[in-house]
Amino acid sequence: MTQTPVLSVRNLVVEIPTRHGVLRPVDHVSYDIHAGEILGVVGESGAGKSMAGNAVIGLLDRPARIASGEILLSGQPIHALKGDTIRRLRGKKMGMIFQDPLTSLNPLLTVGDQLTETILEHLRVGQTEARKRAIAALEEVGIPAAAQRISSYPHEFSGGMRQRVVIALALCAEPDLVIADEPTTALDVSVQAQIVALLKRLCRDRGVAVMLVTHDMGVIAEAADRVAVMYAGRLAELGPVREVLTNARHPYTAGLMASTPLASQGRKRLRQIPGSMPRLGALPSGCAFHPRCEFAQEQCRNEPGPTLDRCDGRAACWFPLTTDQKVSA
Amino acid sequence: MSALISVRDLTRVFDVSKPWLNRVIERRPKALLTAVSEVSFDVPENSVYALVGESGSGKSTIGKIMVGLVPPSNGSVKIEGVDLATETDQSKIEAVRDDIQMIFQDPFASLNPRWRVRDIIEEPVSAKGRRTSGLAEKLLEQVGLSAADAGKYPHEFSGGQRQRICIARALASEPRIIVCDEPTSALDVSVQSQVLNLMSDLREELGLTYLFISHDLTVVQHMADVIGVLYLGRLVEEAPRDRLFNEPKHPYTQMLFDAAPRMDAFGREIDPPKGEIPDAINPPPGCAFHPRCPLATDRCRTENPEMRNIGTTRVACHHAQ
Amino acid sequence: MTDSAETRAPAATNRARRIWDSDFVWSFRQTPVAIISFFVVMVLVLAAVVAPLIAPHDPFNPATLNLMNGFTPPGEPNAFTGDQFLLGTDDQGRDVFSTILYGMRISLFVGFAAVMLAMVIGVTLGLLAGYLGGWVESIIMRVADVQLTFPAILVAMLIFGIAKGITPPEYRDQMAIWVLILAIGLSDWVQFARVVRGATLVEKGKEYVQAARLIGRSPFAIMLRHILPNVLNPVLVIATISLALAIIAEATLSFLGVGAPPTKPSLGTLIRIGQEFMFSGEWWILFFPALALLSLALSINLLGDWLRDALNPRLR
Repeated sequence: MTQTPVLSVRNLVVEIPTRHGVLRPVDHVSYDIHAGEILGVVGESGAGKSMAGNAVIGLLDRPARIASGEILLSGQPIHALKGDTIRRLRGKKMGMIFQDPLTSLNPLLTVGDQLTETILEHLRVGQTEARKRAIAALEEVGIPAAAQRISSYPHEFSGGMRQRVVIALALCAEPDLVIADEPTTALDVSVQAQIVALLKRLCRDRGVAVMLVTHDMGVIAEAADRVAVMYAGRLAELGPVREVLTNARHPYTAGLMASTPLASQGRKRLRQIPGSMPRLGALPSGCAFHPRCEFAQEQCRNEPGPTLDRCDGRAACWFPLTTDQKVSA
Repeated sequence: MSALISVRDLTRVFDVSKPWLNRVIERRPKALLTAVSEVSFDVPENSVYALVGESGSGKSTIGKIMVGLVPPSNGSVKIEGVDLATETDQSKIEAVRDDIQMIFQDPFASLNPRWRVRDIIEEPVSAKGRRTSGLAEKLLEQVGLSAADAGKYPHEFSGGQRQRICIARALASEPRIIVCDEPTSALDVSVQSQVLNLMSDLREELGLTYLFISHDLTVVQHMADVIGVLYLGRLVEEAPRDRLFNEPKHPYTQMLFDAAPRMDAFGREIDPPKGEIPDAINPPPGCAFHPRCPLATDRCRTENPEMRNIGTTRVACHHAQ
Repeated sequence: MTDSAETRAPAATNRARRIWDSDFVWSFRQTPVAIISFFVVMVLVLAAVVAPLIAPHDPFNPATLNLMNGFTPPGEPNAFTGDQFLLGTDDQGRDVFSTILYGMRISLFVGFAAVMLAMVIGVTLGLLAGYLGGWVESIIMRVADVQLTFPAILVAMLIFGIAKGITPPEYRDQMAIWVLILAIGLSDWVQFARVVRGATLVEKGKEYVQAARLIGRSPFAIMLRHILPNVLNPVLVIATISLALAIIAEATLSFLGVGAPPTKPSLGTLIRIGQEFMFSGEWWILFFPALALLSLALSINLLGDWLRDALNPRLR
């Protein structure tokens, strides 16, 4: 595919200077997302997946900052943009969906006001046209009686409906890229399914590129086309979702998949990965995963950071798993 | 095996009305939220009974009623034959309080940040004036931490470790029953497996009985012996684990299984469930699920289905077979 | 395992090391304003505490006073007696430096005691209101609301007036300090109660409180041992700033004549005395007590500001 990817992250490094040293919540991460594609970014808490999303959209909280690397939006570098320029870009070309629908919406403005505000800001239309588009956006995300509900306040909607409004808000300015940070985590199972289906349909129909950040592997399996697995700020594995989830090459991914209850059906004990993910201030030498890896060798301890491009391009591991190697009990 | 826990027609109603003055001015009626409605089930000794449901199902409320944090509005919960809400004999109440403990969902809020781990773990015993030397250290080792951790503060531990400390605290009074309210929902997948394994091991070692409350079907499938499915405060289906997952009878259970995200469901296009969980203050008449149910008929709109037996399953539906 | 002295000593220095390295102390070390304010407060408090030892003269012993020494400018020898006084003397020949030292004692004592009183009342009522809820909370909060509608100084004056009315005249001077403490303390408890009530409501919903209730602990045990330690952070900040305000409140009351009497003056009383002579040329009688009050109140305030930022969990 020679089409320029909508989002291209190249060797992104985000640093947070603290009094105990410099932390790297994102350490040389690279991935591309093409139009109409959903990239799942999965990892446990503290792995850096949200931080990477925040860096892309330019919402890093001080003192976190982009230390090096590039972020290209449709070929244009955006990582060095500041202030007004990035703000305009943010609403127009990038939409964001946060985890908590209650705090993502301004409780003092009606849903209609928030939608029209965004539309007027980024599209060249008049008031009436903006209102029409707002109603259309609400209908598209499945809010019944959109023409009446447009004057309602966020607290008058249920959790699932609110998240739909947030999706409408993210898409109303017709962005090229949408970053969804744990969009279904705070929702019930049945509502989750609805939101995931909605997200998939809208993004495919409009050709929007989506970065779906979550810790829920099931959502990734259903929604994503490709998946990036993050560990301790680094990219552990990147590839098509079916491939990565069923034939993981990185021992961490394999361990993660094996430890889910679904994978241990019929067994009394779940498989578990010993230990826990190291804190960013106390990373081990060499490969960040080696202390917990049953396949670790000398090189893993000594040689600094395996990355995707220095290994086989799919897993950041000196000894990626072959199909007959399985993670043991 | 006699039932260790016996729940009969348990009902709990919360008055969430606005203050009287507001109601008069705005001319609103009283708002009563029925969190739990006529729920009955038994938990045999040395088993794991799971309560599954989404928000508003009442599962957490049932757990709280069981340990005595919330009194029931109607019905009863008998633990070892003792009803905590109505019992007057102090010694019986004390005995039951020792025998039932709880593990909570949020590992960060369930430990007092100003107390040392040792004091936290020993509190169930030290608060009754009994001797506790070495108890914390022993329990820490039992849950997979080290005795040296007893002198530390909660903030020095990760989420999974804190949950282990909660488990240690729950074990301090040598209980027979532990109510687990979403114990792994706030934990990452890899930590979840460690904690669940610990809970299974302890159950075998100490002969415990668990009431396991969760919304995560995969976890429940791994841990539970019998599962009860709740919807808007009512028990709609109860069955042994394998039977429930292989032959769910109630339309809601079937919908739940279809909707749950699965790891082997790559790119599947499912028909997502319709509608949302209705308002618990004004539930739909008749069967609470009828607005979303593909099998709904007029009878469902007016008549609330009773629990009936289909083989080893108990189900509350007019049309299930 | 024997606990020999050798193994204990490193543990002690270890603990000191850990405190020194903690975020709280580090933040202190990084903030010059905090260090300076702390230093100033320490010096002033120390000076007040050891006043009897370092004051060159006892300003309240009539036997040592020489009226002829009155109105001596600072640093210059007196025209009549040749005595020198560091900061000059007032109209009665009292050494201003000594009066300030003794005055600060009164001011600090009243300030501390009043804040302590307000804190005890406020924290207790706030805990009860937050945890017990219901009519207890309603009553306490309404009383608090009513009290807030009155300016604190007026409330203090009211209490003072009542006290004056019921004490026999010969005890009035003696009782003045205690009445001051009562007055300022009673007018100040509301902010503690409100903050503690809010914090208690937050803590009450947390699972560790539910765990304690599960075990069967009494509400009082839970309030005292579980909730109280967790609501003290904001209390500390408010207490520090309240201290500065209490000192100023005391100064105001004394200035208005309803506080510390001239026989046992506080800084406020001294300022009142000095005010009469400000425009007749004896500026030092007003200036130095005012300067002392300003330094004290300002440093405590700045320390309180730093404390609020240092204890703010969001900024950690």
